[in-house]
Amino acid sequence: MRLLIKNARLVDGSGELGTADVLVEDGRIASLAGGDAEQVLDAVGRWLAPALTDPHVHLRTPGQETKEDLATGLAAAARGGYGAVAAMPNTEPVVQEPEQVRALLDEARALPGARLMVAAALTENQEGRRLTPALLLAKAGAALLTDDGRSNEDAGVLARGLIYAAAAGLAVAVHAEDAGLRGGGVMNDSPLAAELGLAGNPPEAEAARIARDLEVLRYAVRKAGALGHEPRLYLQHVSTARGAALVAAAQAEGLPAMGEVTPHHLTLTEEAWRGFDARFKVAPPLRTAGDVEALIGALERGELSAIGSDHAPHTAAEKDRDLENAPFGIPALEVAFPLLYTELVERRGLALSLLIERMTTGPRAALGLAPARLEDGAPADLMLFDPAQRRIVDPARFVSKARYSPWAGRELAGWPLLTLVAGKEVWRDSALA
Amino acid sequence: MGALRHLLDFAGWDRARVESLLETARMMEEVLERPMKKVPALRGFTVATVFFEPSTRTKISFELAARRMSADVVGFSGAGSSLAKGESFKDTLLTLQAMALDAYVIRAPVAGMAHQAARWLAGAVVNAGDGRRAHPTQALLDAYTLLEDLDSLEGKKIAIVGDVAHSRVARSNAELLPLLGAEVWAAGPAGLLPERLEGARLSTDLDEALADADAVMVLRLQRERMDEGALPSLREYVAQYQVTGARLARAKPHAPLLHPGPMNRDVELEGTLADGPRSRVERQVRAGEAMRMAVLYHLLVGRAA
Repeated sequence: MRLLIKNARLVDGSGELGTADVLVEDGRIASLAGGDAEQVLDAVGRWLAPALTDPHVHLRTPGQETKEDLATGLAAAARGGYGAVAAMPNTEPVVQEPEQVRALLDEARALPGARLMVAAALTENQEGRRLTPALLLAKAGAALLTDDGRSNEDAGVLARGLIYAAAAGLAVAVHAEDAGLRGGGVMNDSPLAAELGLAGNPPEAEAARIARDLEVLRYAVRKAGALGHEPRLYLQHVSTARGAALVAAAQAEGLPAMGEVTPHHLTLTEEAWRGFDARFKVAPPLRTAGDVEALIGALERGELSAIGSDHAPHTAAEKDRDLENAPFGIPALEVAFPLLYTELVERRGLALSLLIERMTTGPRAALGLAPARLEDGAPADLMLFDPAQRRIVDPARFVSKARYSPWAGRELAGWPLLTLVAGKEVWRDSALA
Repeated sequence: MGALRHLLDFAGWDRARVESLLETARMMEEVLERPMKKVPALRGFTVATVFFEPSTRTKISFELAARRMSADVVGFSGAGSSLAKGESFKDTLLTLQAMALDAYVIRAPVAGMAHQAARWLAGAVVNAGDGRRAHPTQALLDAYTLLEDLDSLEGKKIAIVGDVAHSRVARSNAELLPLLGAEVWAAGPAGLLPERLEGARLSTDLDEALADADAVMVLRLQRERMDEGALPSLREYVAQYQVTGARLARAKPHAPLLHPGPMNRDVELEGTLADGPRSRVERQVRAGEAMRMAVLYHLLVGRAA
């Protein structure tokens, strides 16, 4: 069946492309100049963009399906305008065998929603000792290797992992926090933590580990370069000004380091802790307003090239524990785009195409995918949103199992109205005529 | 200021509210001096003491305070293991709430738990200590005790000594005493001082903090601090920071000596000082009962009015 999206304003990471009639056929963009179609959608006043890619989500499958499962996670992603998400392997059991990767991909193919991409563990049980079979994992369809959820304490293991993953064509993603400096910190270490009587996780814990990991990358690049490979390091959820500066300096030297930033680190600060509410508990923690400014600057300049939601659902009961025992994590798939559209594009004047670039091309590079562009023949992974439609964040309406949000009650614009994956509708808002 | 709905900490408080509570506590202490130590002020109200952390002294003090005013009292002591999992905290509170209680006196091991409880419960919440965060009735009883010796706290130098970083007593006193005009100093070893203590001057120099102090408040030193690496050794602490008779001589003559208890005699404080003429330790316990009566009275009767 052919679908014609008429009068849409087109935008992708390369820029704003003007108004066009987009014909979708056989899962691809058949034409940007209209054509006959069985189904016609008038999208006047709305933006059509490539569907977003999220390089960092926790779908809790297998083993923790009370928090999220593939069906709810991929449906939540589709609602958020995402066409593809990469699920982290810190599940029970840890995803580290090729058979597990295939089984997850098979299960997801049968589900409506965003495409699933699988990140597999870098080391067995994410313990940071023995490497997982990167070549077999890549062959099975794994898109990334990471011990996310834990930090890689042994630098030698990380170096060998980077070199080996490069041979498999995969990037390695790291959660960079020095465990000793982090200690039992539940929030940013700052005068505010002292005032609130809560244990702090200092910004230096992140910076120290990023600095080390970049040296590990330098070593891996030197070693693997002799074999004609290029190890790629993807630094997840950079949360501090200092961390972002270290990543930028390494890039300026030509090191293949990519940096990610999350919606929460771009829009929230440690001040949220004054309410003593574990919905704001996340690792790395929410930092200061100065860090937020630095992260936005690094995002604009491309030093942080990818926005990852770090969608980390837990049950409401778990988030109602005390602030030490409540788990770390914020669910963000369903609000990330309208949140960033409102805060960065509408309020701060960031170019829309730049936001799209950081939510498509940046993440896709980490996952080994080409940039997503609106052009003839491109896969019809598309997202339509209305810049004028404003709506209050109401977690009760989430399809994610985690029906709470640090942004509950905020009025946002730019809610995705339609998400297509290979031309197939995976989300359609009832507001869409 | 409006009626007191909860007692969580002193954020947003003004001097008038503190003085009004202190005044009520003085009236309550008169009740405690009677042969028949009971008034009907809170008849028909039910107060729950909900202790997620072991404490005998504070619990008894609150329970007695409620009973002296004819409130019914129920007690809940959370088993350590169930709270370690954490799931039962909110459910425990909601279960208690279903029993039609009027006030919840909550002691909890983690900062913010009293605030969380106040969010979930319709009744009045009294923070009886939440982690390192706050212990407001302790600070109130300390102010009450200090005012017996000092008449006024205006311009008075109060030195708080010891493990300030981990002390909810220090935090609450640093919030409260400046409202009454006091100048608060907090002294201890570098590893046991917070980055900031709003309302207080921080110093690692004990002698400087004690110099001409109008009162000295000594904090308990938990032996776990050595295992955590916050402090090298007990020997070093005792040598450098124990409040001794000689060091106390730097303070003003007759400066009262307070300790929130329980004491480690000869660790943070030279043992015999606790029994000496400067010690107000027993006075604090008595003041605590009167103060807690005043708090419950303001919360329950103030709310109903």
